[in-house]
Amino acid sequence: MLRQLWRLTWLEIKIFVREPLGVIGTIAVPVLVFVVLSRFFRPRVRTGAPDVPRFISGDLPIFASILIAISALLSLVAIIAIYREGGILKRLRATPLRPLTILSAQVLVKLLSTAATLALMILAGRRSYPADANVPIVSFAAALLFSTTSIVSLGFVIASVVPTARFAQPIGTLIVYPMLGLSGLFVPVESLPPAAQAVARVVPFTYAVSLLRGVWHGEGWGSHLGDVAMLTLLLAVFVTVSVKVFRWE
Amino acid sequence: MNRPAIQVHAIRKTYGATVAVDDVSFDVHAGEIFGLIGPNGAGKTTTMECVEGLRKPDRGDISVLGLNPARDSRALQERIGVQLQEAQLQKRIKVWEAVDFWASLYRNPASGDRLIDQLGLSDKRNAWFMTLSGGQKQRLFIALALINDPELVFLDELTTGLDPQARRAIWDLVRGIRQRGKTVFLTTHLMEEAERLCDRVAIIDRGRIVDIGTPAELVRRHCPDHAVVLVTEDASADVRFRAIPGIRSVTSEGSRTTLRGRGDDFVTAVIRCLAEHRIQVSDFRTEVPTLEDVFLTLTGHTIRD
Repeated sequence: MLRQLWRLTWLEIKIFVREPLGVIGTIAVPVLVFVVLSRFFRPRVRTGAPDVPRFISGDLPIFASILIAISALLSLVAIIAIYREGGILKRLRATPLRPLTILSAQVLVKLLSTAATLALMILAGRRSYPADANVPIVSFAAALLFSTTSIVSLGFVIASVVPTARFAQPIGTLIVYPMLGLSGLFVPVESLPPAAQAVARVVPFTYAVSLLRGVWHGEGWGSHLGDVAMLTLLLAVFVTVSVKVFRWE
Repeated sequence: MNRPAIQVHAIRKTYGATVAVDDVSFDVHAGEIFGLIGPNGAGKTTTMECVEGLRKPDRGDISVLGLNPARDSRALQERIGVQLQEAQLQKRIKVWEAVDFWASLYRNPASGDRLIDQLGLSDKRNAWFMTLSGGQKQRLFIALALINDPELVFLDELTTGLDPQARRAIWDLVRGIRQRGKTVFLTTHLMEEAERLCDRVAIIDRGRIVDIGTPAELVRRHCPDHAVVLVTEDASADVRFRAIPGIRSVTSEGSRTTLRGRGDDFVTAVIRCLAEHRIQVSDFRTEVPTLEDVFLTLTGHTIRD
């Protein structure tokens, strides 16, 4: 069972890196966004220019990390839609593979590409965005992978409502970006209208942003147990809903 | 005779208000190539997927190699091989990777290299799936269906979309599967394919089985008429033809005459008549009814409708 999961994951990784556009889209774009933004804004942050948005002056690593999670989510939605439309999911299901193994392999591929992207970003950003020596990189990476697991599981729910592969990317984007707007990354959740606050409370990005921000600034996981609990709860909800609504063909 | 490889009894499957399959029953004997034939949308794939355990019928009983596919699907999967209609693989998976991965999923896999060899894919071992031709893709799917050395192989619309040459090559491969003592259950909407390949066929139309038998049996049962088409300038021939034993109709279009009659010796009777009366003919051919004609007789429409 675990052996099969690993074999399928390895196969999917090889297939993933064979498609240049997919690699550029999921790995290179977030890294580029980060490098360009930090190069552009860093000098002005240092001189205290007032026109730099807060999500860049204080939150650029958080913003870039959330972008990584989003690109993982969108690429998962696209892959599931393509695999479903091409009958690949159905063909895999007609083998002794368990349905859970087939979908878990996709999540693992996304988590590995998330980790790879983060590592690249840290390397690429070293010069333009020297992080404080006391930023707990390992803990931050763990927080990102944990958040991404919850966020990516939302992808199975979205993939269930996408009618065809052609609509996967636009519909995914349409669902995800408004969620990002409510996440507290750009505007503090407390200053949103009450209705929007209510929505923000069930959006995984809200807790991901809060957790990542805290860990980046050196707060322990202990002071973010609420975020961890909510991300876990949302993961459970997404998985439960997916089991009910997921379409294999 | 040992027990049938597949026993299907009175299954029914609906999708919402649509009845896809209704009261379908048939047996597939061990060691034969059995074809479920009918037009697109007749219920072939639904029936096959119920037997494979991929779908659950609303009603009825299915036994495959003595197992219940809905309940014992995992045990069954080890013993059957499946090729799905219009399935794809990952665009950039290599041929050997697919075969190797599939082999790793089963307890007693066959040799992947030998299968690649037998199916003529050795040159394509390292090719991506997306670069294969239609025939090569189908051969790969056959390899995947045979990777666990199954007792029973399911082939759903195996040659749809292939050119005649690739189709013939695939037919030979399917005969090879039977030769190795395996049972083959296939669906097709190509009557020629059913006639050339299947030991027995079940004709399905609008979700119901219309008749089951060997192709020859079905033709004899439903289209016993033979036709002789000949070209003659002899004006008196018409009267002679109408006196042939077993004759049912004589129709002429200019000098071309079609004679229809019943009985295995009808063609002989026509030849005897021509010889006896010294009727000169410049063309002579017989038209043997096919499964296509059987289908038309049984359902009132052609299979392509």
